[in-house]
Amino acid sequence: MTADLRVRQFGRADAAPRAYRRRGGPPWWFALPALLFFAFVVLVPSVRGVYYAFTDWDGLDPEFDFIGLRNFTDMLDDATASQAIWHTLLIAVAITVIQNGIGLLLALGVNSAIKSRNILRVLLFAPVVVTPIVTAYLWRNLLGPDGAVNSLLAVVGLESWQQDWLGDPDLALWMVVLVVVWQFAGYSMVIFLAGLQSIPREIYEAAAIDGTGAVRRFWSIVRPLLAPAITINLMLSIIGGIKLFDQVYALTGGGPGHATDTISTLIYKDAFTLGEFGYSIALAVVLTIIIAIVSAGQYAALSRNERAAS
Amino acid sequence: MNRYTARTFALEMLMVAVGIVFAFPVYVLVNLAIRSPSDTSSPIRPTTSPTFANFTGAWREAGLGGALVNSVLVTAVSVLIVLAVSALAAYTLARSTARWSRGTFLLIMLGLILPFQLAALPLYQTVRDLGLLGSVWSLVLFYSGLQVPFTTFLYVGFLRALPRDFEDAAAIDGCSPLATFRYVVLPMLKPVTVTALVLNAVAVWNDFFTPLLYLSGSDQQTVPVAVAGFVGQFVSDWNLIFAALRISIVPVLVVYLALQRSIINGFAGGLKG
Repeated sequence: MTADLRVRQFGRADAAPRAYRRRGGPPWWFALPALLFFAFVVLVPSVRGVYYAFTDWDGLDPEFDFIGLRNFTDMLDDATASQAIWHTLLIAVAITVIQNGIGLLLALGVNSAIKSRNILRVLLFAPVVVTPIVTAYLWRNLLGPDGAVNSLLAVVGLESWQQDWLGDPDLALWMVVLVVVWQFAGYSMVIFLAGLQSIPREIYEAAAIDGTGAVRRFWSIVRPLLAPAITINLMLSIIGGIKLFDQVYALTGGGPGHATDTISTLIYKDAFTLGEFGYSIALAVVLTIIIAIVSAGQYAALSRNERAAS
Repeated sequence: MNRYTARTFALEMLMVAVGIVFAFPVYVLVNLAIRSPSDTSSPIRPTTSPTFANFTGAWREAGLGGALVNSVLVTAVSVLIVLAVSALAAYTLARSTARWSRGTFLLIMLGLILPFQLAALPLYQTVRDLGLLGSVWSLVLFYSGLQVPFTTFLYVGFLRALPRDFEDAAAIDGCSPLATFRYVVLPMLKPVTVTALVLNAVAVWNDFFTPLLYLSGSDQQTVPVAVAGFVGQFVSDWNLIFAALRISIVPVLVVYLALQRSIINGFAGGLKG
């Protein structure tokens, strides 16, 4: 009702006294600087990008042709591209499930009465702030044939497990997942922890007095109250996973062969090493469509879940 | 649940073990960075005669000094711009009831799902035409736009939960809109500003894809690009690479350890919405 009043005051702004006019809200031009930066950097280039996706532009030549859907139909025949799309989805789902699973367990652990909880929080979160490209190079060495992971296996008597972890096409993709999970499990943990700490203690205590078991307590009390944290964590990790670039670039460069190429690494290679700008941007359009579908689906599912929980 | 029981102790041991597993890569990083190149024993064996020669070598070869200065400059300037323009825009978008306001907000929120690869490639051409390729100022421009949607989203969420009585009072007292923003709204935004500052600084500092496009091959680099170039150049000299990696993470870890409480809270709080 108050909102209606303000709209009407705003509508009659010219006739209204100055003080009332200001109550209609801050002036529109406050939004202008942000809008200009956003339009110049994101909006206009994205629209232009969609246009280039229908051309055979090489990124340099001022002359190029409009080729309709050919970039997209080429993609269907391009085994590397369809593989990369598959890898992207697989990595995104694997990261989302594993990172949030571990993040939740860590959050439950450091939310308990253990004495080392504060130092563990600091330690487990630390990788989050370190540049991903740097941690990825670190892991490239750890996972190498003479790396620390193989050395560790030798120490515990598992020599037979030793191998070139990033050199095996079947394993390399999972190593990318491992590195991302190692780095960002602390991120999920902190968001879950914030959710856990917003749950009043009385609820736990009441349940404990009623003799409810830990699993039941978690499933019936904690999980519904954690719904907002779950929503945010899932959205962040799945979109982050779909866009993943740095870790793949530093760990494997998309190899061996194309075993770990994702849409993002392929976009980079096609544009800057093969000079196929048009095709590369068509891939970026596919990436956008995937993200839009996943976000919309997730938003619908999760807001239903949150409503059900509240 | 407050008593320290045998189960709590078991959990404590388990969590400490998990902590050690998570810290293991960092142990190896430090261990190898202080080892002489001739020492080829197992990477997990503690180094017996530590040397700091790798650090001076890496510092000299990687051009990390210049890269650190560039990264600090780019991060500071673009985060400052993003916070200023986003807070101002969010104030209008959260308060105005006009129809264009909602449309503008949704348009900006579209930026949350657009992948940066889509805009970064056409923008590469614009940056080249403007003669900014290879200059860190192209990055400042890029982040100033790229980080607007997320930051505006944080500010709008916070503002919507904030009563508007103070602003109305200031307006009635004859305070101009800009002065109301500066002296009434901005101070109230302080908690979310700290969160936005941390999240933006981490995002800008860590970004690799964009500087790789806009700066590669030039003498102006940021830390991630300098590190990547260095690794490419000294492919198998891992002691040197590890020293470079360690130099590059020291500033981040120092800032993190100094501010860890507010950083962890900021990450969680900013995302709780």
